[in-house]
Amino acid sequence: MAPSGSGQALQVELVAADRVVWSGEAARVLARTASGDLGVLANHAPLLSLLVPGVVEIETAGGERVRAAVGDGFLSVSDNRVSILSEDTFLAEEIVESDARAELERAAADGDDLAALRAEAKLRVLQRS
Amino acid sequence: MAASVRELRAKIRSTQATKKITRAMELIAASRIIKAQQHAAAAAPYARELTRAVSAVATFSNVDHPLTTEKENPTRAAVLVITSDRGLAGSYSSSVLKETERLAEKLRSEGKEIDFYLAGRKSVAYFKFRDLDHVTSWTGFSDKPQYEDARTIGEVLVEAFAEGEDVESGASTDVEVRPVDELHIVFTRFKSMLTQEPDVIRLLPLEVVEGTEAPEDHELLPLYEFEPSASEVLDALLPKYVNSRIYYCLLQAAASELAARQKAMKSATDNAQDLIEKYTRTANQARQAGITQEISEIVGGANALADATAGQE
Repeated sequence: MAPSGSGQALQVELVAADRVVWSGEAARVLARTASGDLGVLANHAPLLSLLVPGVVEIETAGGERVRAAVGDGFLSVSDNRVSILSEDTFLAEEIVESDARAELERAAADGDDLAALRAEAKLRVLQRS
Repeated sequence: MAASVRELRAKIRSTQATKKITRAMELIAASRIIKAQQHAAAAAPYARELTRAVSAVATFSNVDHPLTTEKENPTRAAVLVITSDRGLAGSYSSSVLKETERLAEKLRSEGKEIDFYLAGRKSVAYFKFRDLDHVTSWTGFSDKPQYEDARTIGEVLVEAFAEGEDVESGASTDVEVRPVDELHIVFTRFKSMLTQEPDVIRLLPLEVVEGTEAPEDHELLPLYEFEPSASEVLDALLPKYVNSRIYYCLLQAAASELAARQKAMKSATDNAQDLIEKYTRTANQARQAGITQEISEIVGGANALADATAGQE
């Protein structure tokens, strides 16, 4: 199934520091960047944008949705290739809710804002799927 | 005579036990190398994309970032030494430490003071034994480094460097650091299963094009649009780039450590086998000598008895 409006699909790579979390063809990518929510469709202009901890949603070429929680990182688009890089990247099915909650509490106790945001992102991924 | 045979048998037994242990360690190291190499391969995409992005920002914008600017008169350098936590790896740690000494001498001759940052228990022990100062140390992960370890180290080092440049690094760590103007890493490069070489890289100020994951020359970088701005993107990317480079060094060091351990344990096992053979031969000889002596004693005794009875008749 080709995405509507364009004949091409995006090659998406979702990469964590120590592994490739997900890669494949996608019709659309949604991510939260430093300057707001961003949607990427095929033939997007080359872009390098900073990510803030949040949820990345990938609509695959087959119409499925892949959701992942990311920490701070960046997203680059060029030539219909989208790379989403973040040191902490987790797919929705890899996240255990109780662990994420514990992480959030720990981060809140330590006053570590960034860690708290990361944990919140994980919980948000679960809520949406 | 019987006692020495028993001693030799005991020696053989204990050598056999040692051989079993070294053999097991050899096999464990061998299987872990494969894992370490898989980790290195898994980390490659991130490093590659990050290098691409950093080169893109560096190429298409004229942003001067503190992490990339050379200081005119560097007076203090940080050296991160990556050794193993445990021994039994041949000369692995000692060759890293030798390389460190060489680097330290060179830096001192250039009039720089040196702050040491240590990774791995062996380097900590070395510094403690010689009463040398170090700023801080990290231990417990030398043969299976996680990204988290690299991040912890990276944050401290970037902070030390950022203070040298009088800018806020954003990262706040609990470690008391003195500002530095450069950062070097001494680690062991994994060339192959047979050769691992201690190596020094200067990480900061950054030379972005350096490294094995640099994009190919013929690859044209697209004209990126940067959001929110090129300098902000660079600000965020560089510390991550540093972490990723440190992770790369840790992974290389881990693979090297395991390869060195495998080699050391293999020669220990071979050595034990040689010893066992030698002891077995000596033991057999001693046993044979014992038997021969016993026989000649019996024969001698029988002859003496025969002579005595012959005389009576």
